[in-house]
Amino acid sequence: MSTKRTMRGQVAIAGIGETTYYKHGQSPDAQFKLTLKAILAAAEDAGIDPREIDGIASYADDKNPPDRIAAALGMKRLRFSNMVWGGGGGGGSGAIGNAAMAIHAGVADCVVVFRGLAQGQSARFGSGAHYPRAIAGSYATTIPYGVMSPAQMFAMRTTRLMHDHGISRSTLRAVSMASYHHAQNNPRAVMHGRPLDEEGYDNARWITEPFRLFDCCLENDGAAALILVPAERAKDLRQKPVYVLGAAQGAEYRSGAGGHNNPDYATSSFKTVAPDLFAMAEVGPGDIDVVQSYENFTGGVVMSLIEHGFCTYESANEVIAFDNLVAPTGKLPLNTSGGNLAECYMHGLELNIEAVRQIRGTSPNPVPNAELAFVNSGPMVTPATNAIVGSEATL
Amino acid sequence: MSDSFVLPEGLPKPVADDLDGPYWEAARRGELVAQRCTACRGWQWTAEYLCHRCHAFDLAFEPVPGEAKIFSWQRPHHPVHPVLASACPYVVVLVEFPEADGIRMVGNLVDPPEGEIPIGATVEPAYEHHEAEPEYTLVQWRLA
Repeated sequence: MSTKRTMRGQVAIAGIGETTYYKHGQSPDAQFKLTLKAILAAAEDAGIDPREIDGIASYADDKNPPDRIAAALGMKRLRFSNMVWGGGGGGGSGAIGNAAMAIHAGVADCVVVFRGLAQGQSARFGSGAHYPRAIAGSYATTIPYGVMSPAQMFAMRTTRLMHDHGISRSTLRAVSMASYHHAQNNPRAVMHGRPLDEEGYDNARWITEPFRLFDCCLENDGAAALILVPAERAKDLRQKPVYVLGAAQGAEYRSGAGGHNNPDYATSSFKTVAPDLFAMAEVGPGDIDVVQSYENFTGGVVMSLIEHGFCTYESANEVIAFDNLVAPTGKLPLNTSGGNLAECYMHGLELNIEAVRQIRGTSPNPVPNAELAFVNSGPMVTPATNAIVGSEATL
Repeated sequence: MSDSFVLPEGLPKPVADDLDGPYWEAARRGELVAQRCTACRGWQWTAEYLCHRCHAFDLAFEPVPGEAKIFSWQRPHHPVHPVLASACPYVVVLVEFPEADGIRMVGNLVDPPEGEIPIGATVEPAYEHHEAEPEYTLVQWRLA
């Protein structure tokens, strides 16, 4: 006798919460206060007493520890606490996956997934000034050569992607312009009121070739949270349930090899992860209504879209075009709240929240009749993670 | 001497750990070595305790054979560290060794050309000796 091992449709996202999103260093609140505000907002959205939360999951070396959160909220008990490995933003969808796994396994009943940071308190990703004077291990083979920031860690993958597959600069530009376009309808977006046109993108300063300024994500202050509960409980709560149909995490063979020695170099790390996700969700890329794809850098989005089958290496320049990427008319609506480039760099958790909004029908750029939403978190890192969520009709 | 360095003094310095000491010591002598398994003879970089192919712990350091080719590159313009403010732009190359199982090393390209850097071009190591205590050597690259 065999039992199919899946958590498809067993857990739902019942609540979402965000603080105001600030430019980096401009939050009036400490990052722990931001975190508490986002969690309380998610609980209020769901119609759940925050004291009933019994699990806490995060990622990206978040600095807001679960013991302090549980104590501050007066949680009756803590049953699950968990962090996805990895210092970048690769773990957002994985944290949701871990929360869903905990609920599906029966070890917790109400898990909050969160990310909270104020960069006055925590070091900026894009600055190397915080590195120590001496450095050992595999980073000793890169950092002393001026390869310090995430843009510098991932630029050479994009160079190689463009070289091997003829990916054009206009394809990178389309990704950036789609995010900025969507942010103009989103009053929460840090770049609301700051539209970007082709000339603005093309004339922006280089960060590191091949990335110009608008190929790179923002750095922001804020917090975001989602609350997950068993599917049957979500039906009785305040919001339309958004079901976790699949979640996956990982990377290819020796993806984490040091000093840029991952054998398959120009990859978003999703080549082995994407099939797991679609298999669990029991859908294919052609079934997805709206895509939220983490933009640390535009090149990583192109790799992610290809590796998840939304296009091929050969069709990427044609498919990843501005008109295709914008809601409500595009065939492949992408990053419909403005994403990491133009809404807020909440290390991608704002993308997971936007996926929920699309299924609820409350996005600032709604895709008509969206039933299936896809999210991939930080491409090019290890582990990379992804998720598919859907409406009740998709169960 | 520092005028001949690609990047100014003041960036984090490399220090050897219990795995990669022979690499940094060889660089001081103007030699390029990498990890090679004494059991299966496969090349491995960066250094690790275990051979990822045959799981032997007996890894040695041997001179890296064959030509070095530019596999990818970038040209940083934005100074991400205060001491880079006067050094941008500079060129970073990812160099591959086809005759050593395709291991790769990161370094700076000395006297880079303007514009596109030629992927596939052969490069040679250029040892950049930093004499201030603690002394160390960076392995830079020059178009052959």
